Amino acid sequence: MNDIHTIIKSLSILERMLAFTLIAPLAGGLLTGIDRKTSARLQGRYGPPILQPFFDILKLLRKERIIVNKFQDFPIVLFLLFTIFSGALFFSGASLLLTIFGLALAGTFFVLGGFCVASPYSHIGAEREIIQMVAYEPMVILVAVGMYQVTGSFRVGTIVQHPAPLILFLPGIFAGFLFILTIKFRKSPFDLSMSRHAHQEIVSGITTEYSGSTLALIEIAHWYEIVLLFGMVYLFFAFNSWLALVMTIATFFFEIFIDMNYARFKWQLTFLSAWLFTAVAGVSNIIVLSLLR
Amino acid sequence: MGWFKRSPWVLHYNATSCNGCDIELIVSFSPLYDLERFGIINTGNPKHADILMVTGSVNAKSRQVLRNLYEQMPNPKVVVAVGICATSGCVFQDCYNVLSGIDKVLPVDVYVTGCAARPEAIIDGILKARTILDEKYEQQKKAPRSRAGS
Repeated sequence: MNDIHTIIKSLSILERMLAFTLIAPLAGGLLTGIDRKTSARLQGRYGPPILQPFFDILKLLRKERIIVNKFQDFPIVLFLLFTIFSGALFFSGASLLLTIFGLALAGTFFVLGGFCVASPYSHIGAEREIIQMVAYEPMVILVAVGMYQVTGSFRVGTIVQHPAPLILFLPGIFAGFLFILTIKFRKSPFDLSMSRHAHQEIVSGITTEYSGSTLALIEIAHWYEIVLLFGMVYLFFAFNSWLALVMTIATFFFEIFIDMNYARFKWQLTFLSAWLFTAVAGVSNIIVLSLLR
Repeated sequence: MGWFKRSPWVLHYNATSCNGCDIELIVSFSPLYDLERFGIINTGNPKHADILMVTGSVNAKSRQVLRNLYEQMPNPKVVVAVGICATSGCVFQDCYNVLSGIDKVLPVDVYVTGCAARPEAIIDGILKARTILDEKYEQQKKAPRSRAGS
C-alpha cells in the first residue's frame, strides 16, 4: 500500500490527472456492475453480469442520435468535463474546496441540461435535482471545513498525509457525509430526480429527453463522481491506507444495503432530514471541535 | 460484437389490454424469472428503449399513443406483440373500435401468443427480439441513411 503512495508521489500533477481520467471510469463502471449484482442478490435474483454497465454504454454509443434542440447536449458535455476536472483535482492532491465547487458546478450544468428541453418530466426532475443539491451541499462544505480544522489545510495532499486519524475528530461529519452520499449516488430513499426503474411518476426525470450517446456521457460522468466520492470517504481513514480501503468498501456495501431497504422519500422529507442531519451531526461536530482547540 | 444483444432495454405499453399479459410481463422481471440477468431493463421511457412490448388489442384511442411511443424510440428498435390480443385481436377482433392486432399500426417483429402469455413465452420472445435488434443494427450500418423498421 505504501508503494502506491510512493508511485503517486513520484508522478507530476498532470500525470496524476491523466491517470485519474483513464482509470476512474473503469473503476466506476466496475463498482456500478458490482452494485447491480449485489442488489440483485439481495432481492433474491441472479442479476446481470458484472460488466453489464460497460455493455450498456457500448450499446448506447451505437444508438441513433435524437436531439430535441441545439443546446441539449452542451450542458451534458460540460457536466462530464467539470466532473472529470474536479475528480482530477482531488486525485492530484489539489484543494478540496476547489474540488467541491467544481462538483457543484458540474451538478448545475446537469440541472441546466434538464431545463433546456421542453418535457415537463425533465423539468420536474431538474427541479428535484436542485432541491437535492440544496439538501446535500452544506454537508459537503462542512466536510472540507472539518478537515481544515483538524489538519490546518484544504490541500488533499496534506490531509491524506495527516498522521492522526481524522475519523476520531470528525465522527459527526462522517455520519453526515454518509447520509448525503446516498443522495449523491442517486439511491433510494433519495432517488427523486432520476431513476433507472420503470413505472416511476416522472418517467426518467432529468434524463427523459436524453438518449443514445448523451445518455452514455451522463452515465460515465456518474462513474467519475462515484470514484471521487469514495476518494473523499478514503480521506477520513487515510492514516492507515489498508483500513481506509476496507472502510471505503464497507461504505459502498452500506449504501447498497440502504438502497435495498427504503422506499423513496418525498422531497420535503429529503430536504428536511438532510438539513437536520447536517445541523445535528455536522455543525455540532464543528462546534465541539472548535471548543476543544 | 452484438452489443445490442447484451443490453436491450424494454418499454412496455398497455394498448387496452385486460392487464393479464401486463402482470405476466412484469412477473418476468421479478426474482423468480429475473430478466435482468440478460442485461434487460424495464425503462418506462421510449427514448431509452430498444424493444417495445405491446399488450392488448389496440383500439382507435390507443392507436396514436402507440404510434407516438414507437416514433420516439431511437433506431434500431424492435416491436414485440405480447399475448393473443396483441397478435390478432382474439375474441375482440369483431368489435367496432378494435383494430385487432398491433401489426395494423406498427411493423411487429416477434409475436408471443397465449392468454395470458406465460412468462416463459415472454422471456423467449424478448430473447428472440434481441437477436433481431442486432440484425437490424447490422442492416442499418450497411445502409446508413435508411431508417430501419419504418
